[in-house]
Amino acid sequence: MPYTITDKIWEAHEIAKEDEFSLLYIDRHLTHEVTSPVAFSDMKYKGYKVRRPDLSLAVMDHNVPTDSKENPTIDELSEKQMEALWNNSRTFNVPLLDFYSPYQGIIHVVGPELGFSLPGLTIAAGDSHTSTHGALGALAFGIGTSEVEHVFVTQTLWIKKPKQFRIKINGNMKKGVSAKDLALYIIGKIGTGGAIGHIIEYSGETVSEINVEGRMTLCNMSIEAGARSAIIEPDDKVFSYIKDAPLAPKGQDWEDAVKYWKNLKSDPNAKYDKELEIDAGSVKPMVTWGTNPSMVAPVDGYVPYPEEVKDESLRNEYERALKYMELKPGQKITDISVDYVFIGSCTNARLSDLIEAAKVLKGKKVNRSVRALVVPGSEWVKRKAERIGIHKIFIDAGFEWRHSGCSMCIAMNSDRLPPGKRSASTSNRNFENRQGPGGRTHLVSPAMAAAAAVFGHFVDLADVEIAEVM
Amino acid sequence: MQEKIQGKAIPLPLDNVDTDQIIPAQYLRLLEKKGLGKYLFYRWRYDESGKPKKDFVLNDPKFKDGSVLVARKNFGIGSSRENAVWALTDYGIKAVLAESFGDIFYGNSIKNGLACIKLDKKIIDEIIEKSMNGNLFVTIDLANRKVIYEGKEVSFEIEEYARRRLISGQSEIDYTLSHYLDKIEEYEKNVKSFMKTNINETLKKLLEG
Repeated sequence: MPYTITDKIWEAHEIAKEDEFSLLYIDRHLTHEVTSPVAFSDMKYKGYKVRRPDLSLAVMDHNVPTDSKENPTIDELSEKQMEALWNNSRTFNVPLLDFYSPYQGIIHVVGPELGFSLPGLTIAAGDSHTSTHGALGALAFGIGTSEVEHVFVTQTLWIKKPKQFRIKINGNMKKGVSAKDLALYIIGKIGTGGAIGHIIEYSGETVSEINVEGRMTLCNMSIEAGARSAIIEPDDKVFSYIKDAPLAPKGQDWEDAVKYWKNLKSDPNAKYDKELEIDAGSVKPMVTWGTNPSMVAPVDGYVPYPEEVKDESLRNEYERALKYMELKPGQKITDISVDYVFIGSCTNARLSDLIEAAKVLKGKKVNRSVRALVVPGSEWVKRKAERIGIHKIFIDAGFEWRHSGCSMCIAMNSDRLPPGKRSASTSNRNFENRQGPGGRTHLVSPAMAAAAAVFGHFVDLADVEIAEVM
Repeated sequence: MQEKIQGKAIPLPLDNVDTDQIIPAQYLRLLEKKGLGKYLFYRWRYDESGKPKKDFVLNDPKFKDGSVLVARKNFGIGSSRENAVWALTDYGIKAVLAESFGDIFYGNSIKNGLACIKLDKKIIDEIIEKSMNGNLFVTIDLANRKVIYEGKEVSFEIEEYARRRLISGQSEIDYTLSHYLDKIEEYEKNVKSFMKTNINETLKKLLEG
């Protein structure tokens, strides 16, 4: 029987099955300060131990301050939660990258960058965007806190095998179009529930062309289409991305690993439950106008007219969204002005994302009406950017060059979009109040966010000068 | 053990109710799961000054004693926060009826005895309509996979694994350890060398270098 890459990794890790649910062994477990405290307290109460601390990695990311390491702005609740992770890591011997670690960052940036996440592995984390790691050819699942505890104690997870959804992307991307635009385009097409119960496998020539970090953006955003996870066959680009990572296999182990990883391909006749083909050439830079990521339009488009929507509940939803966003039907996307620009998050804060934004910003200034923040995905990404000098481009343009963390994507620390203010954000969710109570979010790519910072409103990258930065 | 769940229906006729709406991120900074009911649907339920918004269903006296929430498509999409389930159960919600659910939310609900039941749009429409006046009582019969209201019985599909967990309420961790520890140990014995890691040593070296 022909197998998909998902079938192959699943079978290698399925140690038992009961009815529709399988017991999967989990090779790597990432955890952060927000979804772990209840799991740890229950473990203490019941006398459980972490079965494999050596397969676990704790990182502080969700509510860490990003303004300063010396005099951070922090509230009592956030501090307590970070302190709890610090104490729990000590109690249970779980390796920790704390606020002060030079390798601290967002778990979905840190995992691949350290080589903790590798092709062919099963990975779990108490965070929905764990699908990101699928870009390396790993089977990665976001889980809840009860499951976090289950993985800590048993190193396994009870999970129903998702159905499989192949999205083939072919064709050349236009100037200014990135993986983020492809992701938003796909979500716009299939909807927020379009992939519920499925793992998306991305394939096709465009996906092969996209760099590994862009693939992470695609896999990351799959959650916003309802997917249980996402995966891409690993190739030479993936192998060279992780080769020198500190935790990647070395010597003979590396040779054996690559041999094994090269077989992680979907067989030519493998069957999928759903299929979709996308022509990348027809995708333009995308901007969300509503309160979920499927409410999206090309940058040269306009805010839709709810009355043109036939489905009644969708029409109501559009009306509700336009009211919240304070937008008018028929308004041109390029006429929407922004007050804040946020370049960051597990979706778009890796080195190549920062480079794409810097190419737009070089020699330009942030518009006077805009406050702009760049929050690198990890402290290591920050150092890498500083080594190649692009931090200067951001700083000279008028951006705040900050420390890493989830920051204004989730607004659990003091990085918040004020009520009534509008942002261009490279993050993943434009839900009501997501970036701060009353805040209005437009999701875009890093280059689109940078251009919006300069012009004070959205602009088509086709009309923007893009410089070389290296 | 809970084979039957009964309660008054609360209509929330919306698609895409995401977990950020069920409980905003600012209330995820607490260290325990008790007491989260007061933050349920916080931004829809209260205005900026903390006063209840009159037009939100949970502030309507008719639905004060409701315990079966009825929504439309994609309920619980978004973040993995189990706090969304804890907020619902702490408030007193015993079941959610909807056309579809976010995957992670659905998985979390099973672990906490919150019955999430998928029903056809037609049935959801009918239950929502009938529940508007605040006196529709719904029974979810997990043993026989039936939703019952006004004498009408509607069958639903649910994974057998999920149904058993909801009924038994037993700790999944104890169950896994008592039934499958040998399989876990066997897997660990056969792990390929390149899949192993020695994280503590590597991190230590990294920080020294």
